[in-house]
Amino acid sequence: MSYFSDIYNGIKTLLTGMSVTGGYFIRARKGSLTQQYPDNRETLKMFDRFRGEVVMPHDKNNEHYCTGCQSCEIACPNGSIEIIWDRAVDPETGKKKKKIDKHIYHLSMCTMCGLCIEACPTDAIVWAQNYENSVYDRAALTKVLNQPGSVVKAGIED
Amino acid sequence: MNFLMMNIPLNITKTIHDWIFSIMPEMAANITEWVLIAIVYLALFAVAGLYLVLLERKVAAWFQLRLGPNRVGPWGLFQTMADALKLVSKELTSNDRIDKFLYNLAPYFVIVTSLMAMAVFPYSKQFQGFDINIGIFFLFAISSIGVIGILVAGWSSNNKFSLIGAMRSGLQTISYELSVGLSILTMVLLTGTLQLSEIVEIQRTGGWLILQGHIPAIIAFMIFMIAGTAETNRAPFDLVEAESELGAGFHTEYSGMKFAYFFLAEFINMFIIASIAVVLFFGAWLSPFGITEGITWFPEVIWFLIKVLIIIFLMMWFRWTFPRLRVDQLLTLEWKYLLPLNLVNLLIMAIVIWLNWTI
Ligand code: SF4
Ligand code: SF4
Repeated sequence: MSYFSDIYNGIKTLLTGMSVTGGYFIRARKGSLTQQYPDNRETLKMFDRFRGEVVMPHDKNNEHYCTGCQSCEIACPNGSIEIIWDRAVDPETGKKKKKIDKHIYHLSMCTMCGLCIEACPTDAIVWAQNYENSVYDRAALTKVLNQPGSVVKAGIED
Repeated sequence: MNFLMMNIPLNITKTIHDWIFSIMPEMAANITEWVLIAIVYLALFAVAGLYLVLLERKVAAWFQLRLGPNRVGPWGLFQTMADALKLVSKELTSNDRIDKFLYNLAPYFVIVTSLMAMAVFPYSKQFQGFDINIGIFFLFAISSIGVIGILVAGWSSNNKFSLIGAMRSGLQTISYELSVGLSILTMVLLTGTLQLSEIVEIQRTGGWLILQGHIPAIIAFMIFMIAGTAETNRAPFDLVEAESELGAGFHTEYSGMKFAYFFLAEFINMFIIASIAVVLFFGAWLSPFGITEGITWFPEVIWFLIKVLIIIFLMMWFRWTFPRLRVDQLLTLEWKYLLPLNLVNLLIMAIVIWLNWTI
Protein backbone atom coordinates (compact mmCIF):
# COMPACT_ATOMS: atom_id res chain seq x y z
CA MET A 1 0.00 0.00 0.00
CA SER A 2 2.93 2.28 0.61
CA TYR A 3 3.38 2.21 -3.18
CA PHE A 4 0.37 4.44 -3.73
CA SER A 5 0.97 6.66 -0.73
CA ASP A 6 4.50 7.17 -2.08
CA ILE A 7 3.08 8.40 -5.35
CA TYR A 8 0.63 10.65 -3.51
CA ASN A 9 3.32 12.09 -1.24
CA GLY A 10 5.70 12.51 -4.13
CA ILE A 11 3.23 14.51 -6.15
CA LYS A 12 2.22 16.53 -3.11
CA THR A 13 5.77 17.54 -2.21
CA LEU A 14 6.57 18.35 -5.81
CA LEU A 15 3.54 20.62 -6.00
CA THR A 16 4.60 22.31 -2.76
CA GLY A 17 7.99 23.02 -4.28
CA MET A 18 6.43 24.34 -7.44
CA SER A 19 4.14 26.65 -5.51
CA VAL A 20 7.16 28.14 -3.72
CA THR A 21 9.07 28.84 -6.92
CA GLY A 22 5.88 29.92 -8.63
CA GLY A 23 5.44 32.54 -5.93
CA TYR A 24 8.97 33.75 -6.56
CA PHE A 25 8.27 33.94 -10.26
CA ILE A 26 5.28 36.19 -9.72
CA ARG A 27 7.09 38.42 -7.26
CA ALA A 28 10.34 38.59 -9.25
CA ARG A 29 9.41 41.76 -11.09
CA LYS A 30 8.80 43.69 -7.88
CA GLY A 31 12.21 43.26 -6.37
CA SER A 32 15.10 41.09 -7.31
CA LEU A 33 17.91 40.11 -5.03
CA THR A 34 20.63 40.98 -7.51
CA GLN A 35 21.79 44.50 -8.25
CA GLN A 36 22.67 46.29 -11.48
CA TYR A 37 26.32 46.43 -10.60
CA PRO A 38 28.33 48.87 -12.68
CA ASP A 39 25.37 51.24 -12.93
CA ASN A 40 24.86 51.60 -9.23
CA ARG A 41 28.44 52.17 -8.13
CA GLU A 42 27.43 55.33 -6.24
CA THR A 43 24.48 53.89 -4.39
CA LEU A 44 25.75 50.35 -3.98
CA LYS A 45 25.60 49.19 -0.40
CA MET A 46 27.58 46.13 0.52
CA PHE A 47 26.51 43.74 3.21
CA ASP A 48 28.36 43.86 6.50
CA ARG A 49 29.36 40.24 6.22
CA PHE A 50 30.84 40.68 2.77
CA ARG A 51 34.48 39.61 2.60
CA GLY A 52 36.37 41.78 0.16
CA GLU A 53 39.95 41.85 1.31
CA VAL A 54 41.95 41.87 4.52
CA VAL A 55 42.99 45.29 5.75
CA MET A 56 44.64 46.67 8.85
CA PRO A 57 42.89 49.71 10.28
CA HIS A 58 45.01 52.55 11.57
CA ASP A 59 43.85 55.24 13.96
CA LYS A 60 44.46 58.95 13.51
CA ASN A 61 47.92 58.83 15.09
CA ASN A 62 48.94 56.31 12.45
CA GLU A 63 48.92 53.53 14.98
CA HIS A 64 47.78 49.96 14.38
CA TYR A 65 47.16 47.05 16.70
CA CYS A 66 49.49 44.50 15.19
CA THR A 67 52.11 43.14 17.55
CA GLY A 68 53.82 40.98 14.97
CA CYS A 69 52.87 37.76 16.75
CA GLN A 70 52.57 35.96 13.39
CA SER A 71 49.44 34.03 14.38
CA CYS A 72 47.80 35.09 11.15
CA GLU A 73 50.75 33.93 9.08
CA ILE A 74 50.57 30.51 10.71
CA ALA A 75 46.80 30.34 10.42
CA CYS A 76 46.66 31.09 6.73
CA PRO A 77 46.26 27.86 4.76
CA ASN A 78 47.54 29.40 1.54
CA GLY A 79 50.52 31.30 2.83
CA SER A 80 48.94 34.54 1.70
CA ILE A 81 50.36 36.45 4.64
CA GLU A 82 54.03 37.13 5.23
CA ILE A 83 55.21 39.05 8.25
CA ILE A 84 58.58 40.69 8.11
CA TRP A 85 59.47 41.65 11.62
CA ASP A 86 62.25 43.24 13.50
CA ARG A 87 63.30 43.94 17.07
CA ALA A 88 63.42 47.53 18.24
CA VAL A 89 64.19 49.11 21.57
CA ASP A 90 61.13 50.21 23.46
CA PRO A 91 61.75 53.81 24.54
CA GLU A 92 59.84 53.38 27.84
CA THR A 93 61.29 50.17 29.20
CA GLY A 94 64.51 50.12 27.28
CA LYS A 95 63.94 46.49 26.36
CA LYS A 96 64.12 45.06 22.90
CA LYS A 97 60.69 44.22 21.50
CA LYS A 98 59.31 42.49 18.44
CA LYS A 99 57.52 44.73 15.94
CA ILE A 100 56.40 44.38 12.37
CA ASP A 101 58.38 45.87 9.58
CA LYS A 102 56.04 44.82 6.80
CA HIS A 103 52.74 42.93 7.02
CA ILE A 104 52.51 41.55 3.49
CA TYR A 105 49.20 40.26 2.18
CA HIS A 106 48.90 38.49 -1.17
CA LEU A 107 45.34 39.18 -2.21
CA SER A 108 45.78 37.06 -5.33
CA MET A 109 46.27 33.94 -3.24
CA CYS A 110 43.66 34.67 -0.59
CA THR A 111 40.52 32.54 -0.52
CA MET A 112 38.71 34.85 1.88
CA CYS A 113 38.47 32.09 4.45
CA GLY A 114 38.87 34.48 7.35
CA LEU A 115 41.15 32.23 9.40
CA CYS A 116 43.74 34.98 9.80
CA ILE A 117 41.16 37.35 11.21
CA GLU A 118 39.92 34.66 13.58
CA ALA A 119 43.48 33.97 14.69
CA CYS A 120 44.52 37.52 15.40
CA PRO A 121 44.59 38.05 19.19
CA THR A 122 44.41 41.83 19.00
CA ASP A 123 41.90 42.28 16.16
CA ALA A 124 44.50 44.12 14.19
CA ILE A 125 43.15 42.95 10.83
CA VAL A 126 39.55 43.11 9.63
CA TRP A 127 37.50 42.62 6.48
CA ALA A 128 37.13 45.49 4.05
CA GLN A 129 34.36 45.78 1.49
CA ASN A 130 36.39 46.49 -1.60
CA TYR A 131 35.68 44.08 -4.44
CA GLU A 132 36.98 45.74 -7.59
CA ASN A 133 40.27 43.96 -7.66
CA SER A 134 41.01 43.59 -11.35
CA VAL A 135 44.45 44.91 -12.22
CA TYR A 136 46.78 44.53 -15.17
CA ASP A 137 49.77 43.35 -13.14
CA ARG A 138 49.32 40.79 -10.46
CA ALA A 139 52.10 42.36 -8.41
CA ALA A 140 49.56 45.07 -7.63
CA LEU A 141 47.64 42.51 -5.61
CA THR A 142 50.50 42.07 -3.17
CA LYS A 143 49.78 44.61 -0.51
CA VAL A 144 51.60 45.92 2.52
CA LEU A 145 48.96 46.32 5.16
CA ASN A 146 50.74 48.56 7.61
CA GLN A 147 51.06 52.13 6.46
CA PRO A 148 54.50 53.70 6.14
CA GLY A 149 55.76 55.09 9.42
CA SER A 150 53.02 53.50 11.48
CA VAL A 151 53.73 52.08 14.90
CA VAL A 152 51.99 49.68 17.17
CA LYS A 153 49.62 51.35 19.59
CA ALA A 154 51.05 51.48 23.06
CA GLY A 155 49.64 49.07 25.61
CA ILE A 156 48.26 46.66 23.07
CA GLU A 157 50.65 43.93 24.02
CA ASP A 158 50.11 41.79 27.10
CA MET B 1 7.18 16.04 -54.85
CA ASN B 2 4.34 18.46 -54.92
CA PHE B 3 2.89 17.12 -51.72
CA LEU B 4 5.52 19.04 -49.84
CA MET B 5 4.15 22.25 -51.18
CA MET B 6 0.54 21.18 -51.16
CA ASN B 7 0.54 21.40 -47.42
CA ILE B 8 1.52 25.02 -47.54
CA PRO B 9 -1.08 26.56 -49.81
CA LEU B 10 -0.91 29.86 -47.99
CA ASN B 11 -1.28 32.65 -50.46
CA ILE B 12 2.32 33.75 -50.37
CA THR B 13 3.73 30.27 -50.75
CA LYS B 14 1.28 29.61 -53.55
CA THR B 15 2.51 32.69 -55.36
CA ILE B 16 6.13 31.72 -54.86
CA HIS B 17 5.32 28.19 -55.93
CA ASP B 18 3.69 29.33 -59.17
CA TRP B 19 6.43 31.81 -59.84
CA ILE B 20 9.21 29.26 -59.39
CA PHE B 21 7.45 26.78 -61.63
CA SER B 22 6.90 29.43 -64.31
CA ILE B 23 10.55 30.36 -64.63
CA MET B 24 12.29 26.96 -64.44
CA PRO B 25 11.88 23.44 -65.68
CA GLU B 26 9.96 21.23 -63.28
CA MET B 27 12.90 19.32 -61.83
CA ALA B 28 14.88 22.45 -61.03
CA ALA B 29 11.79 24.08 -59.61
CA ASN B 30 11.20 21.17 -57.29
CA ILE B 31 14.76 21.27 -56.04
CA THR B 32 14.58 25.02 -55.52
CA GLU B 33 11.46 24.51 -53.52
CA TRP B 34 13.05 21.91 -51.29
CA VAL B 35 15.96 24.21 -50.65
CA LEU B 36 13.62 27.07 -49.80
CA ILE B 37 11.65 24.90 -47.40
CA ALA B 38 14.85 23.71 -45.81
CA ILE B 39 16.00 27.30 -45.35
CA VAL B 40 12.68 28.30 -43.79
CA TYR B 41 12.91 25.44 -41.34
CA LEU B 42 16.54 26.13 -40.55
CA ALA B 43 15.73 29.75 -39.82
CA LEU B 44 12.82 28.67 -37.66
CA PHE B 45 15.12 26.26 -35.91
CA ALA B 46 17.81 28.83 -35.20
CA VAL B 47 15.42 31.51 -34.03
CA ALA B 48 13.43 29.10 -31.87
CA GLY B 49 16.63 27.71 -30.37
CA LEU B 50 18.17 31.07 -29.59
CA TYR B 51 15.03 32.53 -28.12
CA LEU B 52 14.31 29.44 -26.07
CA VAL B 53 17.76 29.79 -24.53
CA LEU B 54 16.98 33.41 -23.73
CA LEU B 55 13.59 32.46 -22.33
CA GLU B 56 15.17 29.80 -20.18
CA ARG B 57 17.63 32.30 -18.76
CA LYS B 58 14.97 34.90 -18.10
CA VAL B 59 12.58 32.42 -16.53
CA ALA B 60 15.36 30.94 -14.43
CA ALA B 61 16.23 34.41 -13.21
CA TRP B 62 12.67 35.17 -12.22
CA PHE B 63 12.31 31.88 -10.43
CA GLN B 64 15.38 32.79 -8.40
CA LEU B 65 14.43 36.43 -7.85
CA ARG B 66 17.15 37.67 -10.16
CA LEU B 67 17.07 40.00 -13.14
CA GLY B 68 18.48 37.79 -15.85
CA PRO B 69 20.16 39.02 -19.05
CA ASN B 70 19.22 42.64 -19.70
CA ARG B 71 22.28 44.29 -21.19
CA VAL B 72 22.43 43.40 -24.88
CA GLY B 73 19.57 45.01 -26.71
CA PRO B 74 16.24 46.03 -25.17
CA TRP B 75 15.53 43.76 -22.19
CA GLY B 76 18.49 41.67 -23.24
CA LEU B 77 16.74 40.43 -26.36
CA PHE B 78 19.96 40.09 -28.35
CA GLN B 79 21.92 38.38 -25.60
CA THR B 80 21.76 34.91 -27.07
CA MET B 81 22.64 36.17 -30.53
CA ALA B 82 25.74 37.76 -29.06
CA ASP B 83 26.50 34.44 -27.35
CA ALA B 84 26.08 32.60 -30.63
CA LEU B 85 28.42 35.05 -32.37
CA LYS B 86 30.98 34.51 -29.65
CA LEU B 87 30.70 30.75 -30.02
CA VAL B 88 31.11 30.97 -33.79
CA SER B 89 34.29 32.95 -33.35
CA LYS B 90 35.83 30.42 -30.99
CA GLU B 91 38.43 27.90 -31.95
CA LEU B 92 37.29 24.33 -32.41
CA THR B 93 39.65 22.41 -30.18
CA SER B 94 39.74 18.69 -29.61
CA ASN B 95 41.43 16.07 -27.54
CA ASP B 96 44.44 13.99 -28.35
CA ARG B 97 43.76 10.67 -30.10
CA ILE B 98 40.04 11.12 -30.57
CA ASP B 99 38.08 9.26 -33.20
CA LYS B 100 38.07 12.24 -35.54
CA PHE B 101 35.30 11.15 -37.86
CA LEU B 102 32.79 10.23 -35.17
CA TYR B 103 33.80 13.19 -33.04
CA ASN B 104 32.92 15.60 -35.81
CA LEU B 105 29.82 13.68 -36.82
CA ALA B 106 28.16 13.59 -33.39
CA PRO B 107 26.92 17.21 -33.17
CA TYR B 108 25.28 16.93 -36.58
CA PHE B 109 23.63 13.69 -35.57
CA VAL B 110 22.00 15.42 -32.66
CA ILE B 111 20.97 18.51 -34.53
CA VAL B 112 19.75 16.85 -37.73
CA THR B 113 17.48 14.47 -35.85
CA SER B 114 15.75 17.27 -34.02
CA LEU B 115 15.47 19.24 -37.25
CA MET B 116 13.85 16.27 -38.95
CA ALA B 117 11.37 15.90 -36.13
CA MET B 118 10.35 19.52 -36.50
CA ALA B 119 9.28 18.93 -40.09
CA VAL B 120 6.25 16.79 -39.31
CA PHE B 121 4.39 19.01 -36.87
CA PRO B 122 1.20 20.69 -38.04
CA TYR B 123 1.94 24.24 -36.92
CA SER B 124 -1.27 25.35 -38.56
CA LYS B 125 -3.68 23.92 -41.09
CA GLN B 126 -1.44 24.90 -43.97
CA PHE B 127 1.94 25.06 -42.34
CA GLN B 128 3.23 21.51 -42.15
CA GLY B 129 6.41 20.48 -43.89
CA PHE B 130 5.80 16.79 -44.23
CA ASP B 131 2.42 15.21 -43.59
CA ILE B 132 3.01 11.47 -43.62
CA ASN B 133 0.41 8.98 -42.49
CA ILE B 134 2.80 7.53 -39.92
CA GLY B 135 3.69 10.85 -38.30
CA ILE B 136 3.72 9.59 -34.72
CA PHE B 137 5.75 6.56 -35.68
CA PHE B 138 8.20 8.80 -37.51
CA LEU B 139 8.61 10.92 -34.38
CA PHE B 140 9.32 7.80 -32.33
CA ALA B 141 11.93 6.63 -34.75
CA ILE B 142 13.60 10.02 -35.03
CA SER B 143 13.67 10.81 -31.34
CA SER B 144 15.60 7.64 -30.56
CA ILE B 145 18.39 8.60 -32.96
CA GLY B 146 19.37 11.64 -30.92
CA VAL B 147 20.74 9.44 -28.18
CA ILE B 148 23.10 7.82 -30.66
CA GLY B 149 24.58 11.25 -31.27
CA ILE B 150 25.21 11.62 -27.56
CA LEU B 151 26.70 8.15 -27.25
CA VAL B 152 28.96 8.75 -30.23
CA ALA B 153 30.05 12.10 -28.82
CA GLY B 154 30.93 10.59 -25.48
CA TRP B 155 32.68 7.59 -26.92
CA SER B 156 34.77 9.39 -29.49
CA SER B 157 35.97 12.08 -27.10
CA ASN B 158 38.71 9.94 -25.53
CA ASN B 159 37.67 11.11 -22.09
CA LYS B 160 36.30 8.85 -19.41
CA PHE B 161 33.94 11.45 -17.99
CA SER B 162 32.39 12.01 -21.39
CA LEU B 163 32.01 8.28 -21.79
CA ILE B 164 30.30 7.95 -18.41
CA GLY B 165 28.03 10.86 -19.27
CA ALA B 166 27.11 9.25 -22.57
CA MET B 167 26.43 5.92 -20.91
CA ARG B 168 24.17 7.56 -18.40
CA SER B 169 22.37 9.24 -21.25
CA GLY B 170 21.85 5.93 -22.98
CA LEU B 171 20.52 4.40 -19.81
CA GLN B 172 18.18 7.27 -19.18
CA THR B 173 16.91 7.86 -22.68
CA ILE B 174 16.31 4.22 -23.44
CA SER B 175 14.42 3.73 -20.17
CA TYR B 176 12.24 6.76 -20.59
CA GLU B 177 11.63 6.09 -24.26
CA LEU B 178 9.29 3.34 -23.06
CA SER B 179 7.16 5.71 -21.04
CA VAL B 180 7.04 8.31 -23.77
CA GLY B 181 6.05 5.63 -26.24
CA LEU B 182 3.39 4.07 -24.10
CA SER B 183 1.80 7.37 -23.16
CA ILE B 184 1.68 8.37 -26.82
CA LEU B 185 0.26 4.95 -27.61
CA THR B 186 -2.56 5.62 -25.18
CA MET B 187 -3.51 8.64 -27.21
CA VAL B 188 -3.12 6.79 -30.50
CA LEU B 189 -5.55 4.24 -29.12
CA LEU B 190 -8.03 7.04 -28.59
CA THR B 191 -7.64 8.62 -32.00
CA GLY B 192 -7.03 5.51 -34.03
CA THR B 193 -4.59 7.21 -36.38
CA LEU B 194 -0.89 7.91 -36.63
CA GLN B 195 -1.21 10.89 -38.95
CA LEU B 196 -0.66 14.13 -37.10
CA SER B 197 -2.97 16.26 -39.24
CA GLU B 198 -5.74 13.72 -38.80
CA ILE B 199 -5.26 13.72 -35.04
CA VAL B 200 -5.85 17.45 -35.15
CA GLU B 201 -8.95 17.00 -37.33
CA ILE B 202 -10.42 14.57 -34.79
CA GLN B 203 -9.99 17.22 -32.12
CA ARG B 204 -11.75 19.84 -34.21
CA THR B 205 -15.06 18.05 -33.96
CA GLY B 206 -14.79 16.27 -30.62
CA GLY B 207 -12.85 18.70 -28.47
CA TRP B 208 -9.23 18.46 -27.37
CA LEU B 209 -8.06 14.98 -26.70
CA ILE B 210 -7.28 15.67 -23.05
CA LEU B 211 -11.02 16.30 -22.63
CA GLN B 212 -12.14 13.49 -24.89
CA GLY B 213 -10.07 10.94 -23.03
CA HIS B 214 -10.55 12.59 -19.60
CA ILE B 215 -8.98 10.51 -16.78
CA PRO B 216 -6.68 8.20 -18.77
CA ALA B 217 -5.72 11.11 -21.02
CA ILE B 218 -4.78 13.25 -18.06
CA ILE B 219 -2.69 10.44 -16.59
CA ALA B 220 -1.08 9.92 -19.98
CA PHE B 221 -0.32 13.63 -20.17
CA MET B 222 1.33 13.63 -16.77
CA ILE B 223 3.42 10.61 -17.63
CA PHE B 224 4.31 12.12 -20.98
CA MET B 225 5.47 15.33 -19.34
CA ILE B 226 7.69 13.50 -16.86
CA ALA B 227 9.15 11.11 -19.40
CA GLY B 228 9.45 13.83 -22.02
CA THR B 229 11.45 16.01 -19.66
CA ALA B 230 13.71 13.04 -19.04
CA GLU B 231 14.03 12.41 -22.77
CA THR B 232 15.35 15.91 -23.35
CA ASN B 233 17.98 15.39 -20.65
CA ARG B 234 16.76 18.39 -18.73
CA ALA B 235 16.86 18.85 -15.00
CA PRO B 236 15.71 17.18 -12.80
CA PHE B 237 16.80 14.39 -15.13
CA ASP B 238 20.08 15.89 -16.32
CA LEU B 239 22.26 13.00 -15.24
CA VAL B 240 23.93 13.25 -18.61
CA GLU B 241 25.50 16.56 -17.84
CA ALA B 242 25.56 16.49 -14.05
CA GLU B 243 27.93 19.42 -13.62
CA SER B 244 29.05 18.44 -10.17
CA GLU B 245 30.07 14.87 -10.96
CA LEU B 246 30.97 14.89 -14.62
CA GLY B 247 31.74 18.48 -15.47
CA ALA B 248 28.98 18.67 -18.11
CA GLY B 249 29.26 15.08 -19.25
CA PHE B 250 29.29 13.96 -22.84
CA HIS B 251 30.11 17.31 -24.43
CA THR B 252 33.02 18.24 -22.16
CA GLU B 253 35.51 18.02 -25.00
CA TYR B 254 33.52 20.06 -27.49
CA SER B 255 34.21 23.73 -27.98
CA GLY B 256 32.76 26.64 -29.88
CA MET B 257 30.02 25.93 -32.36
CA LYS B 258 30.12 22.16 -31.92
CA PHE B 259 29.24 22.60 -28.30
CA ALA B 260 26.55 25.08 -29.27
CA TYR B 261 24.95 22.44 -31.49
CA PHE B 262 24.45 20.16 -28.52
CA PHE B 263 23.20 23.05 -26.50
CA LEU B 264 20.75 24.23 -29.16
CA ALA B 265 19.56 20.68 -29.80
CA GLU B 266 18.60 20.36 -26.15
CA PHE B 267 16.35 23.38 -26.44
CA ILE B 268 14.91 22.29 -29.77
CA ASN B 269 14.17 18.92 -28.23
CA MET B 270 12.26 20.70 -25.53
CA PHE B 271 10.28 22.45 -28.25
CA ILE B 272 9.64 19.09 -29.92
CA ILE B 273 8.41 17.43 -26.75
CA ALA B 274 6.14 20.39 -26.10
CA SER B 275 4.88 20.22 -29.68
CA ILE B 276 4.06 16.53 -29.38
CA ALA B 277 2.17 17.27 -26.19
CA VAL B 278 0.29 20.09 -27.85
CA VAL B 279 -0.67 18.00 -30.86
CA LEU B 280 -1.67 14.96 -28.86
CA PHE B 281 -3.46 16.56 -25.94
CA PHE B 282 -4.31 20.18 -26.66
CA GLY B 283 -5.51 20.31 -30.22
CA ALA B 284 -2.40 21.74 -31.89
CA TRP B 285 -3.43 24.94 -33.73
CA LEU B 286 -7.11 24.73 -32.79
CA SER B 287 -8.29 27.70 -30.80
CA PRO B 288 -9.94 27.12 -27.43
CA PHE B 289 -13.76 26.85 -27.92
CA GLY B 290 -13.20 27.66 -31.58
CA ILE B 291 -13.08 31.39 -30.91
CA THR B 292 -11.07 32.18 -34.03
CA GLU B 293 -12.62 29.44 -36.12
CA GLY B 294 -14.49 31.79 -38.44
CA ILE B 295 -11.73 34.37 -38.90
CA THR B 296 -9.97 33.33 -42.06
CA TRP B 297 -6.99 35.67 -41.86
CA PHE B 298 -6.13 34.77 -38.27
CA PRO B 299 -2.77 32.96 -38.15
CA GLU B 300 -3.61 29.73 -36.37
CA VAL B 301 0.06 29.13 -35.74
CA ILE B 302 -0.24 31.62 -32.87
CA TRP B 303 -2.41 29.20 -30.92
CA PHE B 304 0.13 26.50 -31.51
CA LEU B 305 2.94 28.69 -30.24
CA ILE B 306 1.00 29.85 -27.19
CA LYS B 307 0.28 26.28 -26.17
CA VAL B 308 3.86 25.21 -26.80
CA LEU B 309 5.16 28.10 -24.74
CA ILE B 310 2.89 27.22 -21.84
CA ILE B 311 4.19 23.66 -21.84
CA ILE B 312 7.78 24.81 -22.18
CA PHE B 313 7.20 27.11 -19.26
CA LEU B 314 5.97 24.13 -17.27
CA MET B 315 9.16 22.25 -18.10
CA MET B 316 11.25 25.23 -17.06
CA TRP B 317 9.28 25.41 -13.87
CA PHE B 318 10.22 21.77 -13.20
CA ARG B 319 13.82 22.49 -13.92
CA TRP B 320 14.20 25.40 -11.55
CA THR B 321 12.25 23.75 -8.75
CA PHE B 322 13.27 20.14 -8.44
CA PRO B 323 16.67 18.82 -7.44
CA ARG B 324 18.45 16.37 -9.69
CA LEU B 325 17.61 12.69 -9.31
CA ARG B 326 20.24 10.13 -8.42
CA VAL B 327 20.74 7.37 -10.92
CA ASP B 328 18.93 4.73 -8.87
CA GLN B 329 16.04 7.08 -8.15
CA LEU B 330 15.80 7.75 -11.85
CA LEU B 331 15.51 4.10 -12.68
CA THR B 332 13.12 3.45 -9.80
CA LEU B 333 10.86 6.20 -11.03
CA GLU B 334 10.78 4.78 -14.52
CA TRP B 335 10.62 1.05 -13.96
CA LYS B 336 8.67 0.90 -10.72
CA TYR B 337 6.25 3.77 -11.12
CA LEU B 338 5.86 5.19 -14.59
CA LEU B 339 5.93 1.98 -16.57
CA PRO B 340 3.36 -0.01 -14.51
CA LEU B 341 1.11 3.03 -14.24
CA ASN B 342 1.41 3.50 -17.96
CA LEU B 343 0.46 -0.07 -18.74
CA VAL B 344 -2.55 0.10 -16.43
CA ASN B 345 -3.46 3.43 -17.98
CA LEU B 346 -3.35 1.91 -21.44
CA LEU B 347 -5.78 -0.74 -20.27
CA ILE B 348 -8.08 1.87 -18.75
CA MET B 349 -8.03 3.79 -22.00
CA ALA B 350 -8.93 0.65 -23.91
CA ILE B 351 -11.87 0.03 -21.58
CA VAL B 352 -12.99 3.64 -21.84
CA ILE B 353 -13.03 3.43 -25.60
CA TRP B 354 -14.66 0.02 -25.62
CA LEU B 355 -17.52 1.21 -23.43
CA ASN B 356 -17.71 4.50 -25.29
CA TRP B 357 -17.08 6.62 -22.23
CA THR B 358 -15.23 9.22 -24.22
CA ILE B 359 -16.76 12.64 -24.27
S1 SF4 C 1 41.51 35.07 4.62
FE1 SF4 C 1 42.34 33.00 4.70
S2 SF4 C 1 43.49 32.80 2.80
FE2 SF4 C 1 43.14 34.98 3.10
S3 SF4 C 1 44.95 35.69 4.14
FE3 SF4 C 1 43.45 35.19 5.73
S4 SF4 C 1 43.89 33.09 6.30
FE4 SF4 C 1 44.94 33.49 4.37
S1 SF4 D 1 47.82 40.85 12.35
FE1 SF4 D 1 47.23 39.97 14.32
S2 SF4 D 1 47.82 37.83 14.15
FE2 SF4 D 1 48.87 38.88 12.50
S3 SF4 D 1 50.85 39.36 13.33
FE3 SF4 D 1 49.57 41.14 13.70
S4 SF4 D 1 48.74 40.82 15.73
FE4 SF4 D 1 49.57 38.87 15.08
